[in-house]
Amino acid sequence: MKIELYKTLKNLLETATYIRDIKGEDFFEITSLINKISEVYDNFYQYEPSYLENFVKKTKEQLDILLDQGEKTLTPYEIVKITRHPQRFTLQDILENVYDSYMELGGEGEINIDPAVVCAKAMLVRKVGDEIFFHQVMVIGHEKGHGEEFREGGSAKPWGNEKALRYMKMAETEGIPIHFFIFTPGAYPIEDYPGAAQQIAKNLYHMAKLRVPTIAFISEGGSGGAEAIGLADMRLMAEKGYYSVISPEGAAAIEAKIKDGRPPRELVEKCARSLKLTAKDNLRFGTIDKIIPEPPLGARRKDCEFFKRLKIELIRATDEVILQTRSIKFLRKYAVSKQETENFKYYVNWDLDEDEIEILIENRYKKYRKMTQWAVHENKTLFKSFFDLGHTISVKLKNEINYKILKQGQKTFKKFLNELTSESTLLLKPVSDPIKTVYNLIVGKKTGPKLITPSLQDDDIPTYVSPLALEDKTITCPQSEKYSCPDLWVPDLYGEFCGVCPNCGYHFPLEYKWYLNNIFDKNSIRTFNDEITSTNPLEFEGYAEKLKAAREKTGLNSSLISFEAKIGGISLIAVMLIAEFRQGTVGVAEGEKFIRAIELAKLTRRPFLALVHTTGGIRIHEGTIGVVQMPRCTMAVRDYVDEGGLYIVVYDNNSYAGPVASFLGSAPYQFALKSTRLGFAGPRVIRETTGQDVPPDYHSAENALKRGHIQGIWDRRELRKKLFTALLTMGGKNLYYRW
Amino acid sequence: MKIEYEHLNVILQKFKANPYKIFKVNTIHTGYIRDFLVKEGDEVKGPSGKWLEKPGTSLFVLEREKNLKTIRAHINGWVQNLRTDLLNRFVEAEETILEIKHPLSQQEIISEILLSALYLVKAPETAKYVLSPGLAAKIEKEGLHKVKIKKGDELLIMTFMKRETPIFFEEDGVFLIYNIYFKPFQLIERGQPLIGLCPEEQLPYLEKIVSRIREEWPL
Repeated sequence: MKIELYKTLKNLLETATYIRDIKGEDFFEITSLINKISEVYDNFYQYEPSYLENFVKKTKEQLDILLDQGEKTLTPYEIVKITRHPQRFTLQDILENVYDSYMELGGEGEINIDPAVVCAKAMLVRKVGDEIFFHQVMVIGHEKGHGEEFREGGSAKPWGNEKALRYMKMAETEGIPIHFFIFTPGAYPIEDYPGAAQQIAKNLYHMAKLRVPTIAFISEGGSGGAEAIGLADMRLMAEKGYYSVISPEGAAAIEAKIKDGRPPRELVEKCARSLKLTAKDNLRFGTIDKIIPEPPLGARRKDCEFFKRLKIELIRATDEVILQTRSIKFLRKYAVSKQETENFKYYVNWDLDEDEIEILIENRYKKYRKMTQWAVHENKTLFKSFFDLGHTISVKLKNEINYKILKQGQKTFKKFLNELTSESTLLLKPVSDPIKTVYNLIVGKKTGPKLITPSLQDDDIPTYVSPLALEDKTITCPQSEKYSCPDLWVPDLYGEFCGVCPNCGYHFPLEYKWYLNNIFDKNSIRTFNDEITSTNPLEFEGYAEKLKAAREKTGLNSSLISFEAKIGGISLIAVMLIAEFRQGTVGVAEGEKFIRAIELAKLTRRPFLALVHTTGGIRIHEGTIGVVQMPRCTMAVRDYVDEGGLYIVVYDNNSYAGPVASFLGSAPYQFALKSTRLGFAGPRVIRETTGQDVPPDYHSAENALKRGHIQGIWDRRELRKKLFTALLTMGGKNLYYRW
Repeated sequence: MKIEYEHLNVILQKFKANPYKIFKVNTIHTGYIRDFLVKEGDEVKGPSGKWLEKPGTSLFVLEREKNLKTIRAHINGWVQNLRTDLLNRFVEAEETILEIKHPLSQQEIISEILLSALYLVKAPETAKYVLSPGLAAKIEKEGLHKVKIKKGDELLIMTFMKRETPIFFEEDGVFLIYNIYFKPFQLIERGQPLIGLCPEEQLPYLEKIVSRIREEWPL
């Protein structure tokens, strides 16, 4: 009896400490209550059992009141503290309490490919009346641990995400659903092979068409790290979890422009509020599908009721995703919505046939295509909307007839004819060869038809003068001490030399208009979707003014320009992220424009080019609405590439974070100009996360090439020529499509 | 080859009397001195950071063809003989604008003394070098200051344009390998020291000098 009391008292002490950690020392009289419990706990055997019983009862009541009070006044930053608390449940607790049996794959504890990522084959038991059904699932998630340093707080290293991808593929082979558990403050930002950004991009690319149902559960969803295992058919979120583009501390450091040290507490709390990172906010935005309720101030390691609930919700979610692919589902779909207990009233077979898999993938594409579309703002007149709709329909119709009906038939017929000719040639050769020889002798040898290929005409390039070249002065190359470069005359440098030092090849930054005017054929650029405008969906304080300033400065509505253009006569669809508009950051407007552009490229069977003048990542002021552009755009890329499209990315200047870790990094062909700095996080973030300084050339194009992140390094002076060659050689016979 | 004791003592005395080295900061080209960013007696710092990524202290601004160029310190020390009279005046290339009085560190003094006391095997060509396998194994086993070298022993292998040329030791007497100044397969300029050798009987004396410097000079 006394032992039981001792245990209860210990739990109460833990709860009281937990409340203090979350709500602060000034929360009611929590500190004095902790002192009182500690005193009784430390001198436990000196008290009478009756006193202890009374004390425990009274304290429990007091703590329940405090938990309820704490819940009522819970702030977003306190929710962040809940998810980070050592008493918060982790993936290991879920594996122990939710699944009926499991086996870890890829290592356990410290002996692991990456201890921050846990993969396990697990079993879920479903009781339907007297019958018991077993469901096998693959569990992939982050493990924060309860204070173990080797877990890195759940920050997956690039090889951890690679491990996750490997087990996703294994689940795909075995045809079992995957349950993802997201407990990460963000990915571990190092570039060592396979590279933080590139691996997340690979994961997203693969998850876009995973042939098994996927369910994600988010407790701590830190931006790109979360997306690495977050592209799922159904996204559940813990009520006291957070899902955000950046940690509140990171956002505060950016807002306050702090390079070293900690931002002020008030600013951190303000950013936590502004980022709208709670489950309720995310459900409102449509970035998650359902909230899993938690007890007051969040579930902890020993909350068995929560784990029971989670098990039901996971089975229900998987059922729901599977039933969406089935034709006979009405009654069960209704039963799913009513299922509240562990004893299920129905059974759903989790095996999918080929048709159902197709529907599953299609549903996934539709789901992400629709996600956050409510936040897309288009400044269109009614007439323009009608005109555009008519134009889209006519283009669609034309291309469907042209490519799907006529070209397809033509191709099939041509292939059949070629085969037939080849066969008949073999049969007729002994007879026809002597005749051909005699004929050639008399008439002369017939030459084959001339192959006409597009070519680069220098006359096509307009004479564009960069405004930077209008100064009469000289400039010093930053590498002059190393390579003894002479001073450069500015009109020469920004004119004839294309902003490149002729001695050492150093690339000076150039404005985006230079690229538009020097890469593409004269008068070939036609922009579209210019009306899609970056807005302030989170109503982030001060952001509307910043956007207005960017619009006035550039005359653009977003940081992404989408356009049709030609290079040496080759028609293509292109997008460009530009530095001048909010450092090329990506939000919902940019994401939508990217998807529409790549969809147009797919529709019109043209190659797709993404030029990155600079990208600073996902725009933090748009929160998770910005983050989900990563899976959205990557799905569009996957769809386009699978359809046979040629997708080329060319990086320049600073190309970092979310976009590189998704729709840019997933391109099959990625090139960088010599001036590129390419990676996941900048040196400051790396230093803060890993505690290590990185060499100045850590993100250089040369190192990105050595790590295998890009396929080549190009010189800006040869960009047009290189792109032309790339389109011809990689596009093949039809320039853009493999079939 | 013998260490000249007297010469060494003179060098030591010289360093003791004046443990500084003066570095002149000259103009890299013609131009106008537009601004001085330091004052006489100011402490300046050379490039710092693990990869020397942080540039040194800004010293002065030199302008040519509207190009304002900030000249920075390449070494730690104090500014002296600052030519403030040259402000806004035209200067020729290689004109000394200031001097940096650099306090020699313990390691720098040891290196200076060793360079003048040791017998140096210098790079005959600009090429990549590697220790001969036998010698490398001996050094690994016995450590520096213990491996003996005599005339005719193979010291190094010079690799250049895929050709490998052995380099033999050609001095009379027995020497000990005291220091190695290169990293394997690193490109070494012609004339740069590769190996520092010390006559066997003079090792105790050299070690005594080094330990004396370590005791007498601050780090």
